[in-house]
Amino acid sequence: MKEVVIISGKGGTGKTSFAASFAYLEKENAVIADCDVDAANMHLLLEADFRYQEDFYSGEIAVIDEENCINCGECKEVCRFDAIHVIDDQHRVDPISCEGCWYCSRVCPVEAIDMKTQKVGDFYLSMTKAQSEMVHAKLGFAAENSGKLVAKVKNEAKKLTLANKKEFLIVDGSPGVGCPVISSLSGADLALLVTEATVSGLHDLKRVYKLVKSFNIEAACIINKYDLNIDVTKEIEAFLEEEDITLITKIAYDETFAKALSQAKTIIEYGDSSLKTEIEKSWQYIKNILRS
Amino acid sequence: MKITIASGKGGTGKTTISTNLSSYLAKEADVVLADLDVEEPNSKLFIEGNLIFEKACDKMVPQWKKEECTLCGNCEEVCRFNAVIKVGDEILVFPELCHSCYACSELCPTESLPMMPQKIGELKHFKTENLDFVEGRLDIGEEQAVPLISQVIEYIDEKFSQDTIKLFDAPPGTSCPVIEASRGSDFVILVTESTPFGLNDLKLAVETMRVLCQKFGVVINRHGIGDNGVEEYCNAEGIPIIAKIPNDRRVAELYSKGELIYPKIQEFETALKQIAQFVGGVK
Ligand code: SF4
Ligand code: SF4
Ligand code: SF4
Ligand code: SF4
Repeated sequence: MKEVVIISGKGGTGKTSFAASFAYLEKENAVIADCDVDAANMHLLLEADFRYQEDFYSGEIAVIDEENCINCGECKEVCRFDAIHVIDDQHRVDPISCEGCWYCSRVCPVEAIDMKTQKVGDFYLSMTKAQSEMVHAKLGFAAENSGKLVAKVKNEAKKLTLANKKEFLIVDGSPGVGCPVISSLSGADLALLVTEATVSGLHDLKRVYKLVKSFNIEAACIINKYDLNIDVTKEIEAFLEEEDITLITKIAYDETFAKALSQAKTIIEYGDSSLKTEIEKSWQYIKNILRS
Repeated sequence: MKITIASGKGGTGKTTISTNLSSYLAKEADVVLADLDVEEPNSKLFIEGNLIFEKACDKMVPQWKKEECTLCGNCEEVCRFNAVIKVGDEILVFPELCHSCYACSELCPTESLPMMPQKIGELKHFKTENLDFVEGRLDIGEEQAVPLISQVIEYIDEKFSQDTIKLFDAPPGTSCPVIEASRGSDFVILVTESTPFGLNDLKLAVETMRVLCQKFGVVINRHGIGDNGVEEYCNAEGIPIIAKIPNDRRVAELYSKGELIYPKIQEFETALKQIAQFVGGVK
């Protein structure tokens, strides 16, 4: 099994369109994981059928038993997250602020505070229109711990890939350089960095690559919209060369991305275009790297 | 007046709108723009200014002092985030996992775990001719954005008066960091694109704003590139559409160079005017 994680640092570079197109090309030979659990989108392009759902619990919140609470204020005193307020003469927990640290429940003199596990999202297994299995999730609003949900998506996808003896695991990674993207990168064979020829694209590429490098993961790059700004494209190429990152291809600014998206189609299905050919070649190149 | 500019997903033009809007408003009012997308701050690329203040931002984590420690193990038991563990006759702290709840520290019977500051990122304050700009930047590999975001907001609350218009460029998504960036605001502008992705993410962002009881409205960026799904949804839900910014390759080109858009593209300036009028009227 070989695993490629597609990341971009910044959003809007076409990352998901590439990931979905690769998945569509590889058909049942790959398992797909959507690790962008904050704003999961892959299911739209691949027509995931949501055949299996599971609640995802993580973290806890404090709940005050108002019958027993003597309103001594101990809990409010210790809470570092300003999550306990007195409303109508009663100490109450604001569930959005509560970090689930248990401190209040440990100091309450009458044991009036219970810690309740929280559902923070949904975890799904689906079949896609490309006949591949897909692992994805949806983080509940106002939830945290997306890193843990990402880790779950990744682990389950890995297990599935191994159990069904599939050759590739294609992961649509999380944005940013924080906890979720670290979870989505761990253990990958290749990180495919999708960037665009803008000053912010270059800036984010450098930041996210630092992370990839610190994990010692091999990296390759696609420069999207390279003709928007040839100067920046040259800078990106220079950076790639310096860091020994394989440049897979450069792709011109193309509204086919948005048009295909609006019909919920991958670039591959949308019809013949130079973009389609370019993506087919790119995937072949990436497979060669993964197999070598 | 505090306004947060957010979007369900990245790449919808949130930064383009916040940088242009702040520069546009600064022509007539006191404005501060804060880049709270601390994992990927890049508003600075569009704003030229002089650095007038910077500081390291810390979070508090416990530090083990072995002298008095009785190795009772209470700290390990207390920490819900496995950030402190007892290994043999040593207590190990994992700062990345620590949520700074102080429980281990204050419940240690021998005061062997005092809370100490540890750097997680930086705050920088720049000034241009008529605009203040503050950015938070998380160190690479640091996992928690929220403490840094709240420090940037605190700094702004302290430094700027009530009358200053405060614009917050929020991180993408709908989880904790976005909530932190939105909750104290008077109004949230949700930036989206008229594509099925944009719609899907907008719905998540709307759910979040409703949970937070936030006032919000929508700006449709790159209007005309996709379908009508976003407009239909907003109309059905009674969500105000503040402005529609037409899709235009010239915007992408100016953006790619790190340039402001509205001085060069009339339609963009018109949209900013609509936004300014709308938020002016929200108060
Ligand atoms: S510590 Fe316990 S008894 Fe005291 S106010 Fe809090 S919940 Fe009530
Ligand atoms: S569990 Fe922690 S964060 Fe939640 S209310 Fe209690 S002390 Fe505050
Ligand atoms: S609680 Fe304090 S005394 Fe007990 S093991 Fe931890 S550091 Fe040592
Ligand atoms: S401060 Fe809280 S989260 Fe940090 S190590 Fe101590 S108990 Fe754990």
